[in-house]
Amino acid sequence: MMTSPLLELKQISVSFEGFLALRDLNLVLNQGDLRAVIGPNGAGKTTFLDVITGKVAPTKGDVIFKEKSLVGQKEFRIARKGIGRKFQSPRIFENLSVQENLALAVSRPKTPFSLLINSLKVKHLDQIQHLMSIVNLQSKANIRAGALSHGQKQWLEIAMLVGQDPDLLLVDEPVAGLTDEETDLTADLLKSLAGDHTVLVIDHDMEFIRRLDCPVSVLHQGHVLKEGSMSDIQKDPLVIEVYLGKTDEEEQ
Amino acid sequence: MSIFSTKKSWINLTIWVLLIALIIAAPSVLPVFRLNLLGRYLSLAIVALGVDLIWGFTGMLSLGQGIFFALGGYCAAMFLQLNSAGEFPNGIPEFFGLYGVEKLPFFWEPFKSSIFTLISIWLIPAIIAGLLGYLVFRNRIKGVYFSILTQAALLVFFNFFNGQQKLINGTNGLKTDVTQLFGQMVGSEIMQRWFFWISAVLVILAWFFARWIVRDRFGNILIGIRDDEARVRFTGYNPVIFKTIIFSIAGGLAGISGALYTVQSGIVSPQFMTVPFSIEMVVWVAVGGRGTLLGAILGAVLINYAKSLVSEALPASWMFIQGGLFILVVTALPEGVLGWIRKDGPKKLLFLLGINKKLETYPSLEVNEQGEVK
Repeated sequence: MMTSPLLELKQISVSFEGFLALRDLNLVLNQGDLRAVIGPNGAGKTTFLDVITGKVAPTKGDVIFKEKSLVGQKEFRIARKGIGRKFQSPRIFENLSVQENLALAVSRPKTPFSLLINSLKVKHLDQIQHLMSIVNLQSKANIRAGALSHGQKQWLEIAMLVGQDPDLLLVDEPVAGLTDEETDLTADLLKSLAGDHTVLVIDHDMEFIRRLDCPVSVLHQGHVLKEGSMSDIQKDPLVIEVYLGKTDEEEQ
Repeated sequence: MSIFSTKKSWINLTIWVLLIALIIAAPSVLPVFRLNLLGRYLSLAIVALGVDLIWGFTGMLSLGQGIFFALGGYCAAMFLQLNSAGEFPNGIPEFFGLYGVEKLPFFWEPFKSSIFTLISIWLIPAIIAGLLGYLVFRNRIKGVYFSILTQAALLVFFNFFNGQQKLINGTNGLKTDVTQLFGQMVGSEIMQRWFFWISAVLVILAWFFARWIVRDRFGNILIGIRDDEARVRFTGYNPVIFKTIIFSIAGGLAGISGALYTVQSGIVSPQFMTVPFSIEMVVWVAVGGRGTLLGAILGAVLINYAKSLVSEALPASWMFIQGGLFILVVTALPEGVLGWIRKDGPKKLLFLLGINKKLETYPSLEVNEQGEVK
């Protein structure tokens, strides 16, 4: 018997005043998958995350997560169901310390009353220490997050995602603006997270995607053009035409 | 000792010692007229704490806190009017006679009870703030639109209260200084001394309460909402609830503040709901220091005291001074006076003026030096 997928996008269309940002998009993610999504600018990559996380309502189609529809739900409820999202540019609470940022991510339940009355549980304090060790920020625990370097901010945001204990991590351009070394570390980090979590990564950086060594979906004009391994994708004439081909031209 | 080991704590401690010394010394040093003014300004510090919670911490600039301030004042004044209405015709407050009203309007009835009044002073403004806030926040109205909306709400309330002679004496307001409480005239010296003490204690309690709210993760969520509301949402928190709660708390604090201000100034009128007054509240917090609760108290007390002193010496010039002060703070000290002090402002100023000694590297030496300068 086949187990049902963790996330399923069925025939999703999103139209902004007549412009179709997504067009009959289908995508299936199983528990523990690591998946990369690539595509030229304007292919609808970010809109596609907006639909899953509830920021944009699809004009047509359905999003099924753990066998239930997410359409019409508020963002914070979708987040509580187990979907964490990392934004394109790092979005952390700059005026809070690293530790305070993580404390907000791991706190449960996320109600005002609980935050006011209860103190953080020991297991959550341990979890914060653990998260800081994963992303190498222990020494910065009490530093204002706004004072971190760009790469450290990216990692802090990833650590915050993991702290939410999500089943699905949506990661939008995690290596934008990182050095090569940081990029490699981020790739390893995401690979280590897959398995326990399902991870979906959106990026432009082909080297980074190759390093992730996972199935790739190519998005073009709001539609999945092709799915397959990186080497298959790179040989596909259609993909070369719409995407890779173009980069080659630019390079020349 | 550990809590006083940081520089911020030393500055706070110094200010607290000065503030408490001032409060204790004031009744024996100041004539009752000045004492009464100080009491009023301490009560204004409570509304400023609320403004700091919603603006300084949560980033919502409300220009309508006068609504909740006035509501608290009206609750107190209605009780006092009823409490001393026995000798008037029909046993209802005197002003009703002017408009030919013979029966007490229904909503006055519960204010015959002192317990109901004590609760309603903060609960009614808190509920109205909560309802208004919920509707606004649910629709994701924020930033400038939120400010404009609160100001529009203020005008609605002002016009309503201003026009309802038969219900609450309209533009004339409700007087409290000639009313009776515990067999004493509210405007009498002994009562005013008591109100001073009550204001002083309530400011300190309100500070502890506000401190408790922002001390830990709840306060961090408020800061998170101010800095990046979407991130708060995607972290699994519902910002609408947090904003509604904090706006409601600020409304409750404004109500308490308004009630204390009313009994010390002797009257509540729709003038409490004018636009400039609500903007002044924001100015106190901006000058004192946004996001520093103590700064809100300092700003409210010092600016108002300065206002009364300047107005006595140079009438008509206060508005220019206040405007200038606001511009100075916004341009030179964007974090307010307290924020400036905490961030080594005075030392940097000395350095700029060329009278600074070489920089200390050992933190506690800096603190000691600060202490001596003060």
